[in-house]
Amino acid sequence: MIRLEKRPQPSAAWSYVTPVLAVLATMVAGGLMFAALGKDPVVAIRTIFWDPIFGEFAFYYRGQLLVKAAPLVLIALGLSLGFRAGIWNIGAEGQYIMGAVCGAAVGLAFYPADLWIVFPLMVIAGALGGVAWAMIPAILKTKFNTNEILVSLLLVYVAEEILASMAQGLLRNPEGSGFPGSRNLSRYDAAANNELIVGSGMHWGVVTALIAVIAAYVLLNRHRVGFHIRLTGQAPRAARFAGVRPDALVIFCFGIAGALAGLAGLFEVAGPAGQISIDFNVGYGFTAIIVAFLGRLHPVGILLAGLLMALTYIGGEAAQSTLGLPAAAIQAFQGMLLFFLLAVDVLTDYRIGLGRRGVA
Amino acid sequence: MLLDLRGLTKAYPGVVANDDVSFSVGAGRIHALLGENGAGKSTLVKMIYGLVRPDAGAMQFDGADYAPASPHEARRRGVAMVFQHFSLFEALDVAENVALGMEDPPKPRQLARRIREVSEAYGLPLDPARRVGTLSAGERQRVEIIRCLLQDPKLLIMDEPTSVLTPQEVDILFRTLRQLAAEGTAILYISHKLEEIRTLCDGATILRLGKVVADCTPSERSARELAELMVGETLQVPQRQPREGGAVALELRNLSLTPRSPFGTALKEISLTLKEGEILGIGGVAGNGQDELLAALSGEAPTSPAAVQLKGAPVGQLGPDARRRRGLLTAPEERLGHAAAPDMSLTENALLTAMVRERLERRGFLRWGAAKGFAEQVIDRFDVRTPGPGVAARALSGGNLQKFVIGREILQRPEVLVVNQPTWGVDASAAAAIRQALLDLADNGTAVICISQDLDELLEISDRFAALNEGRLSAPRLAQGLTVDEIGLMMGGAHDMEAVHDAGAIHAG
Repeated sequence: MIRLEKRPQPSAAWSYVTPVLAVLATMVAGGLMFAALGKDPVVAIRTIFWDPIFGEFAFYYRGQLLVKAAPLVLIALGLSLGFRAGIWNIGAEGQYIMGAVCGAAVGLAFYPADLWIVFPLMVIAGALGGVAWAMIPAILKTKFNTNEILVSLLLVYVAEEILASMAQGLLRNPEGSGFPGSRNLSRYDAAANNELIVGSGMHWGVVTALIAVIAAYVLLNRHRVGFHIRLTGQAPRAARFAGVRPDALVIFCFGIAGALAGLAGLFEVAGPAGQISIDFNVGYGFTAIIVAFLGRLHPVGILLAGLLMALTYIGGEAAQSTLGLPAAAIQAFQGMLLFFLLAVDVLTDYRIGLGRRGVA
Repeated sequence: MLLDLRGLTKAYPGVVANDDVSFSVGAGRIHALLGENGAGKSTLVKMIYGLVRPDAGAMQFDGADYAPASPHEARRRGVAMVFQHFSLFEALDVAENVALGMEDPPKPRQLARRIREVSEAYGLPLDPARRVGTLSAGERQRVEIIRCLLQDPKLLIMDEPTSVLTPQEVDILFRTLRQLAAEGTAILYISHKLEEIRTLCDGATILRLGKVVADCTPSERSARELAELMVGETLQVPQRQPREGGAVALELRNLSLTPRSPFGTALKEISLTLKEGEILGIGGVAGNGQDELLAALSGEAPTSPAAVQLKGAPVGQLGPDARRRRGLLTAPEERLGHAAAPDMSLTENALLTAMVRERLERRGFLRWGAAKGFAEQVIDRFDVRTPGPGVAARALSGGNLQKFVIGREILQRPEVLVVNQPTWGVDASAAAAIRQALLDLADNGTAVICISQDLDELLEISDRFAALNEGRLSAPRLAQGLTVDEIGLMMGGAHDMEAVHDAGAIHAG
């Protein structure tokens, strides 16, 4: 008989092993799924995980990896602070959109002025846009005790509507002969977030993400606020006793998450995406939730998880085009990753006991 | 013999909870099971009640072999148990709660009638239609007892039944238990309160570290002898020096507080003054506002500024850290999850309250080395048994964690210290050490408030005594010379139930 026994302390070793285990389990189960779809599982897994880094076209894919990973890491870092404190911001996608819209609007307002200040102002506007959107669920929660999961999630759809209306109305390119979508910011030098080293994929968003990883690490491990965040997540009553003001923490966590998501949106709209369009957002805000948990809500873990998730995106696209795998199969594959991670997570707190030992 | 245990043994990984335990209880006898926390009392009764299976040994019940696989089977054979922690639903009424715990409950109307019959017959007044959330702890216990009695048990197991009762309610309970015994029900009575056992029980089995160390007739032994059998060493009784209070350290002026949870207790116009070097003991039955009073003093529940005055300055509006900075420190009752974070290390738990006064942060950044040093200091000075400060709080035994939590506050040199249930669930020697530490602290000029349900403890260390009853605080009185009866009345007596019991007795006679 297999039983789960609670460990006296959470196992540090297992908390490192479980993400690896989850990735391996995903490869096996995903391989089975690909086989069921009539594809060679080994080739499919290799196309997704190996070729983008070491294959023939790796020089292109490696840069793409950073471009995809940067927004995921930025957003996931912000979310992880709240998740650690038991504050569930599910609406990063909306904050990402609003950051992009506000940042792009500032840039477009200056068009075509060639001033160095334009891009810094856009960065600030992007962050503030994300913060403003995040403050709605945060303030509703602190003032009226609403459920932040529902409010933040539903605001994503509001943000999508605003995005569509901006793309078709206020921010539409006046020289775009009526097509929806704004001017292309990546071709407006003062506002462009282009690669800092050509071909590397390294743009300001990647730099910001790396700085954010370090800052989040220092915050969580060396600063009082990080200690209070962890304390609130683990023992809310003890946190209150320690002097944590829960409302202030909600505002702080939503604010940071909103700012980082907004920044991610701004860097995306001014760089890789280039313009505000109806289908500007591609779900980074939701995928970042997976990244946050895959990285065990730990800043370095999130960095690695973001890269891994970016890899499944890029490898997945490659598998779609070269092997003809359906897009839904790739999404299912990404979902499996979170599923297995949560499933093996139990091993950090419990160990598997074999055989019978008394009736507990 | 009704119940006969032979050589019961139960081991858990790393600890033998019961080692070759044998004793027997006859019908109509009240038998005490006596021992410190961790002596193996709970494991033993869980085996009798079918919750745990013994590794070795055998039981006989009512003349037949007895090896219950589940509480269901135990109940069917005639064993009933009243747990220390009630398993009642606050939103349901008394009859519904009783029905939920029965094997095959009768129809509601019939059940209500039987509840009334049994409660009258045994002097345990209870209205079957009352919502449990509105009942006092003593009344809730009656629900549990009546639920057991409705099954006509041959053996009734009671786990620490008096920890939630006023002295007068204890009297009522004892009369009921004696009546049951006279009718032939055997009672297995678990406690560590020695005086109770001496007045109530016919026989006693004393457990220490899982083994039977003595069988005796409790009325023939002194409480001190029983205690030393239980602990296995000569007890150090804390010494109290008569003290003269200094300047006023803490003053409460008409402190009122509405609780956050619907089943909390509102504090009503509490006033008191506490002088430097004085220990004020606050007694009272659990759930009469103890948690709320602690929250109001710790700063978790802010009040109007003037309601709480520390050395003459209003602090009622301040949060916990601001109060700590001014020297008002507290230690709540609940160790895991309130006073300490279970999954965090002792070093992190040292940060939890000591960040401000021990300067464990500099401009917001934590000084981990200093925090570890402070945790080690607490571990060292208060004899906390643990491999080191990196261990998670939940890995410590209750007594050791309590020593850590109390020691953490004491080492911060508080001006005023408020503790709630400082020795709850702590073994006798650790409890004595904690009490001594509180006395030493007061000798050095700290004003101490000790909230507790252990009257012996309060009388041992307090200079003055007051009681909480339904959120009101009685006027504090000098502790020396107070009788148990007087204390009982301060705690709210038996909620006017005396007369009913007497009427029931006359009716029965």
